[in-house]
Order: sequence, then C-alpha cells, then structure tokens
Amino acid sequence: MANRSQIQARAAMMRVRFEAAGAQIVDPPLLQPAETLLDLYGEDIRARAYVTSDALRGEQMMRPDFTLPVVQMHMSEGAEPARYTYSGEVFRRQEHDPDRSNEYIQVGYEVFDRDDPAGADAEVFSLFALQLRGLPLRAATGDIGILTAAVQGLRTTDRRKTALMRHLWRPRRFRVLLDRFAGRKPGPEGRDALLSAENPLDNDIPMIGKRRASEVEARIEALREDRDTPPISDNELAGLETLLNVRETMPFALEQLRDVAVDLPQITPALDRLEARVASLQARGVNVDRLDFEAAYGRTSMEYYDGFVFGFYAEGRPDLPPIATGGRYDALTRQLGNGTEIPAVGGVIRPDLMLEIEEDAQ
Amino acid sequence: MSLKLGVPSKGRLMEKTFSWFEKRGITLSRSGSDREYAGKVEGIDGVSLVLLSAGEIPRELAAGRIHLGVTGIDLVQEKLPRWEQQVEEVSRLGFGKADLIIATPACWVDVDTLDDLDAAAAAFRKTHGHRLRIATKYHRLVREFLTEAGVADYTLVDSQGATEGTVKNETAEAIADITSTGETLRANHLKILSDGLILQSQATLWRSRVAKCDAGEKAVLSELVDQLR
Repeated sequence: MANRSQIQARAAMMRVRFEAAGAQIVDPPLLQPAETLLDLYGEDIRARAYVTSDALRGEQMMRPDFTLPVVQMHMSEGAEPARYTYSGEVFRRQEHDPDRSNEYIQVGYEVFDRDDPAGADAEVFSLFALQLRGLPLRAATGDIGILTAAVQGLRTTDRRKTALMRHLWRPRRFRVLLDRFAGRKPGPEGRDALLSAENPLDNDIPMIGKRRASEVEARIEALREDRDTPPISDNELAGLETLLNVRETMPFALEQLRDVAVDLPQITPALDRLEARVASLQARGVNVDRLDFEAAYGRTSMEYYDGFVFGFYAEGRPDLPPIATGGRYDALTRQLGNGTEIPAVGGVIRPDLMLEIEEDAQ
Repeated sequence: MSLKLGVPSKGRLMEKTFSWFEKRGITLSRSGSDREYAGKVEGIDGVSLVLLSAGEIPRELAAGRIHLGVTGIDLVQEKLPRWEQQVEEVSRLGFGKADLIIATPACWVDVDTLDDLDAAAAAFRKTHGHRLRIATKYHRLVREFLTEAGVADYTLVDSQGATEGTVKNETAEAIADITSTGETLRANHLKILSDGLILQSQATLWRSRVAKCDAGEKAVLSELVDQLR
C-alpha cells in the first residue's frame, strides 16, 4: 500500500502537469457551508458528507468534492476563459462499506470556456487520458444532454417533462413516472373518485400544517389535468427505451442514436454536439474507435453533470471505485451563478487508486 | 467474569422483559431501591444484569460491553450501520410491537403514496422556498427508505418526542415515527401513507457478535440461549 506522502507526491506531480496545461492553482477551504450543498443535493448528501456545526456559522460540511467551491469561486471572481487545478482531501461518510475510504485526495482540472465546448470536452478527456497513460484502465463515456433533450422534446405537457427531468438521476423513479405518463400504470386506489369529486376538500378533516388547502387544490387540479392528457405515445416511449440502451463504441453509438432521432428528432442538436466532440477527441489523438459510449452512463452517480460524462475504471478490479471521473456541468454554473452562467467541464483523479493499481501490476 | 445481559431500565418494557424471562425460568429483578440501576439474576449462574436505557443497548452491544441485550429492532437498525455484522437476533419477544411509518396530515386528500409525497414536496418547495420537512428521530432509516423510493425535495428535522404535534405547530409538514395502534396519529389528524411502512419493530433479544467471551462465559451463553429459545 502506498503511504500518505507517496500519494501526496503523486498528486503534486499531476497538479504540476495540469498547471503546465494552462490551469491556475486554487485551494478552496475544507469546511463548506452545508446549506448550498443541501440545496443542490438534497437530504441524500447527509448520508455521504460529514456535517459539523458551530453557533456562528451554523452547519458546515467537510468538503465532499471540489467542483462546488471551484464553481462558486469562479462565478464570483473568475475571469473568462479560465482553467483551474487543485489537489487535496475530500471526505465521504461510509456507512455500508468499510473498505471504502472516508478521506482521500483528489486532483482536478476544470475548464470554464464559452467558445468551443466540444474542444473543452476533448481537452479535459485527453489530459486525463494522458495522466493515466499506461495503467490498465477502461474508459467509459456518455452524454446526459442527449437524454435531457429527448425528455424536453417529448410531445406532452411541461408539467410531465419537469417531473421527468427532476428524476433524471433516479432511474427507478424516472421509470415509474414514465410508465404512469404512458398510461401503463394505474393511479392509487380511490384516486379516480377523488378527482371526479365535485368538492374534494368538502369533508370534516381539519386543515393543519403549513401546506394550505389552496396547495392541495392546486395539486388536485394538476392531477385532473394529467388525467385528461393523452398518454406519451408508444413511439416516443420506444425511442426513449432504445436510446437508454445504446452501448457501443463511439462511432457506432452515434450511428444508432441517429436512428433513434428518426422517432425523437429533438435529440438531433445534442447528437451534432456529440459528433463535434468525436471529431475534437480524434484531433487530440484519442482513439475514438475503441472508446465506449453508453447513453445511460452517469445517470445514477453524477447528478450535476448535464452533458459529456466520463469515467476511468480499473480492469480486473471491479471492487475499486472509478480512478477518475468528470463531465460537463453547465446547469450547475447557472444554478450557482445568480443569473449568470458559463459552460464548464472538468474532472478529478484519485492518486491513491492509481498507485494501488500500479502496485497490482508489478 | 460473568455474562452481561442488558435490559431496559424502566417502564413497561422492563416489566414485560422481566416476565418474558420469568416464563423461561429466569428471574430478573432490580436490587435495592427503585432508583438504583442494579439488578440480579436467579435461575442460572454466571449471568449479571445491566440495566440501561433501551436506546443505549444497541451501542453497548456493538461495543461488546454486554453480551446479550433486549431492545427494539427499530433502535438496532437505526443506530448500528451494518447491524447484521454487529449483532445477531436470538429471539423476538412478542411485545413492544410498533411500526415505523411515514404520516402526513389527513387533510392532504391528494397524498396517498410516496409518489404523491414526492410530487407534493416538489410543489411545496416552489411555493414556500424551503424543502418539505419531515420530523423524526430515525434519521438513517427514514433517509435510506426515501432515497430508495426516489423521494426528493424533503429535509429531515430532528424530533425526539411529541413528533405527532410538529405538523400542527408548523415545525414540520410530515412525520416519520413509530406507532402501534395509530391512535395518537388519528388524534393529531395524521394518516399513514399506503406504502409508507418503513419497518416493523418489536422488543428483541440480541447477541453481540463482538463481545469477548472466555470459555466459562461461552458455556453460560449457550446454556442461557438454550433455555430461552
């Protein structure tokens, strides 16, 4: 096992390489305000991050990742375009698997650039591939933007699309919603009676709590509207299912997705972006003919990514977490930017896992 | 050294535990005054009684400071991550039965399932600018349950007692708590979600998997467990 100083030495070396690629070094604080993280990730983050507090600043979290503080810093003071690199500890609560570290070093690289998104995607991926060169790793790529475009272009109500978008990162709940909107799954018992009642709130149950009668009525109205909306068509549903199952090397995946676009023409601009990315990757010497692409990749674990996503995995060590992960997070900059936004892409590498794999190989 | 048996130190839970052991030929009793948390064990040699709050028994089992302990399934699963590796169920005692459930105001006629709760939470957050609050003391169990069910836009607020009152007081919009008959819920105008059962609990005798046993204690343990099963 590599010791701490070996891991730190490796991290420092990689950060120097990112610096040489044009990045500026940043060093965000270890303690992050809990509120921003909770707003972004919801209650789930409490299961993954260490929370502490004091009377003055309230709840603080031990930095669970760098992306959020780097984005915040860039949005408040950064010049454009910008490239950042960092290296330091992140902390993750582990409640299920004692073999996973609760503290480890990440080295990262983030690009904020408006002009050439495909080029920035390719820049990040190829720099990561270079840092990891020689290790027995498998790279996986995907693009959340294609699924997003597919959902947003469905011929159905905005309310349904918003509900689906909200659960894009929770595949099971997404499935349940899709089945309901496609008319494949009946509502709970008594729902029809409730919706056809003249005055659903005409009962002797006292109204208590902060959720007011008007909110209950609004939801009933929404449910009525949904009942009267035609189901999502079989054609669109089949298109979505085919899309989610695409798993091929990049050029073939693109070809299959172009076929899907016959039923779901709304994904065409996202596919054009994918095609531009393939070209940019090729221009940087990445062998795209051997690069895997999965349309559903990144849906369960990478919740703020909304475009290109990638990960590097150790061949023959399925027990290890990914050695490196990254992706595009334009929407996050919008969410944290108070009215401003900038396209952004980046990722992190774990030097501890790199050293472990190198030891395995010897 | 003797085998340590942890038992709830007061109330009906203690009395019922005592009578459950009594039926199996083992007499547990508190020694001295009512205020003193010491006790004795008759009917088997080499066992000593440790009176503890039911909420502390999971931790004591996991730390190996007691070999056996009586406490609820809810407390073990809430307080001990990977509880199966730390304790083993010896016997369910048949009392202290309670369900950990999610309840909302009965006046939410549009909310019947977790699916509805999720939709209501999304709308609530938009309207009120904060996430829908669920009052509970079972943070881990509730969070895991809701994550599994894909419910979002909620936040857990801590409530160590009188949880059913939090909704009327507007410190929470829904609750996750244990209930046996549901009467307190009804009295507070709350209803259980149709798919909101998180866990069925009852008083249970547990064996610590980590407590150290010498040869003598091992023999007493197997004798005791045989007698109780």
